[in-house]
Amino acid sequence: MKRILSSLLLLSLVLSLVAVFLPSCGGGDVIVLNVYNWGEYISDGSEGTLDVNAAFEEYYYETYGQKIKVNYTTYASNEDMYAKLRSGSASYDVIIPSDYMIQRMIDEGMLEKLNLSNIPNAQYIAPEFRGQYYDPNNEYSVPYTCGMVGIIYNTNMVDEEDIGSWDILWNDKYSGKILQFNNARDAFGTAMYYQQMDVNTKNRADWEAALQLLKDQKPIVQGYVMDEVFNKMKGESAAIAPYYAGDYLTMYDSNDALAFYYPEEGTNIFVDAMCIPTGSRNKDAAEAYINFMLSEEIAVANAEYIGYASPNLLVRENEEYIEYMEDWHEDAMSILYYDAESVPTQYYHMLDVDTQNVANELWEQLKIESSVGSSIHTIALVIVILCAAFFLWRFILKKYRTSQY
Amino acid sequence: MKILSRSYIALIIAILYIPILVLMLFSFNSTNNTGVFTGFSTYWYEELFRSAETFTALKNTLILAVSSAVISTLIGTAASLGLHRMRSKFLRGAIVSVTNIPMMNPDIVTGISMMLLFVFVGTRLGSADKLNFWTLLIAHVTFNLPYVILNVTPKFRQMDKHLPEAALDLGCTPVQSFFKVELPNVMPGIVTGFIMAFTLSLDDFVISYFCAGSDFQTLPILIYSMTKKEVKPDIYALSTLMIIAVLTLLILTNLTGDRDGKNSKNPDWRSHMRQRVQERRAHRTAGKGGDAK
Repeated sequence: MKRILSSLLLLSLVLSLVAVFLPSCGGGDVIVLNVYNWGEYISDGSEGTLDVNAAFEEYYYETYGQKIKVNYTTYASNEDMYAKLRSGSASYDVIIPSDYMIQRMIDEGMLEKLNLSNIPNAQYIAPEFRGQYYDPNNEYSVPYTCGMVGIIYNTNMVDEEDIGSWDILWNDKYSGKILQFNNARDAFGTAMYYQQMDVNTKNRADWEAALQLLKDQKPIVQGYVMDEVFNKMKGESAAIAPYYAGDYLTMYDSNDALAFYYPEEGTNIFVDAMCIPTGSRNKDAAEAYINFMLSEEIAVANAEYIGYASPNLLVRENEEYIEYMEDWHEDAMSILYYDAESVPTQYYHMLDVDTQNVANELWEQLKIESSVGSSIHTIALVIVILCAAFFLWRFILKKYRTSQY
Repeated sequence: MKILSRSYIALIIAILYIPILVLMLFSFNSTNNTGVFTGFSTYWYEELFRSAETFTALKNTLILAVSSAVISTLIGTAASLGLHRMRSKFLRGAIVSVTNIPMMNPDIVTGISMMLLFVFVGTRLGSADKLNFWTLLIAHVTFNLPYVILNVTPKFRQMDKHLPEAALDLGCTPVQSFFKVELPNVMPGIVTGFIMAFTLSLDDFVISYFCAGSDFQTLPILIYSMTKKEVKPDIYALSTLMIIAVLTLLILTNLTGDRDGKNSKNPDWRSHMRQRVQERRAHRTAGKGGDAK
């Protein structure tokens, strides 16, 4: 009885394990398209918008007579996405990395060349986003969104004469009201753009100079934040923060005292582009998806939902879109589609390992040297010693007591 | 002194529950402003049911939590029974320690090692999607298992060991004795184990993060991925609904748990058992007394 039962259990365990790793071929003739995108980076049917993935499934069935299922999953950073792909654990058909990550993935052979004849809509990409450093021949990527970093400030709390430059982030008049990026690249970036340095420098001295600036800034910084910036700026607990133009519009939605400018010294520009990773099993469907994302109606829906600038000329010239954006913020179009000539811009490039280590090391220096300072180590040490002493004392006491008998 | 102790309790409860109350309050906010409450509305609740992404993630999370809790409860109960019946104390101790490892291990270690295993085995078998729903399920069952065992094993130990013996005496087969006598006795432990497994699986982020494939995204991963931009209040609405669901579940189990002990379905049969247990006890003590003489 026992033997039969346990062998049954073993059998079922083995069977389930086999079932796990067998290629999942169920579901008849449905193609599965795995799309991996940033969180909140597509029009998903909420708030009365268009559900782009559902629309694609419908479009694909109508055009190719083939059922398709879009598996849409999301990530929070380029590095998260890279790690997932690098581990080789999951296969994706469409991913949307940023510029420097595309460069890295091309270098490491992680991206497929696109068959542009399947993506005719790529012709609508604005010329300034073609042939960029990360993909000089436009072979691997088609831009999805783009944008620039600027400074968001609260008009009720900041004097007009102080704006215009990065130096507002170092202005101690606004001590305790300034926010800074909470990641090494963007935070060092603010200092480097301020000093008009090359943000992709390999020179340690440049990074140390930037660190010095950030250290000087630290006493007047309220906090190092990422997405918390939304609530802090909307709720007026901070007055000044560097962030992306598209996100400024989202904040402006809840608080119209907020304003925005691009610092005159120059700033960061980024492009997030659609790519197909190697190992994609449905390259044709992936290309159809990319092409679909570039079509006018869909690209407009996405641009309106995300609020970031679109590199797609069909969007920029769409009257409905322009009307929608100007209804959102009267200067929305001029903020998003800023003439790159009038403010110098630099892309972030992939840093080599040594420079990355320097950046991380200096970043740690900045973050650890907090107001608590080294006292935090002392406090931790004291607690550990006290605990050790307590247990030792009890141990000795116990020994002593037993020795009495 | 009494005031002091009461205010201490009040403070602790406030710290525990005020964040949840604030979350619930802001889920009814009319705009997506988190700083100011601008007016009451159920807008974000309607929004929640319109957003395909959030809804799929919720569905996935629930499927995963229920199935992993059921499987780990079944395996865990079987394991507890086995441990209970085990004669060698040393072996039992060793096995208990081994089953506790996933619980003591930091989540990140469990997550990464599971991922490595799945990728390794998947590559050997030549499968294209090494991570999928099933790998996620295996991972969740693995980290749920020790919690179920931890809850069920003490119930087996608390149970009067003469009970199953008496059942056998009265003509039960071993299987009948297990289902009619032992299982009802350890049921409270099984239920607690199940609920713990369910909630742990529901809110697990780290392990799911490493073991989720391209076709299955759970809610915690979705919420994490929103942090590049902004977490929208429909997530507050969702959290509120989940808190209410878990709370009702807990209250229900507490209510039914109390009732079970009081009115037994078959009093006649129970009294027989009780009598036989007492007889066996008396017999045992008498036997021991005889040995001493």
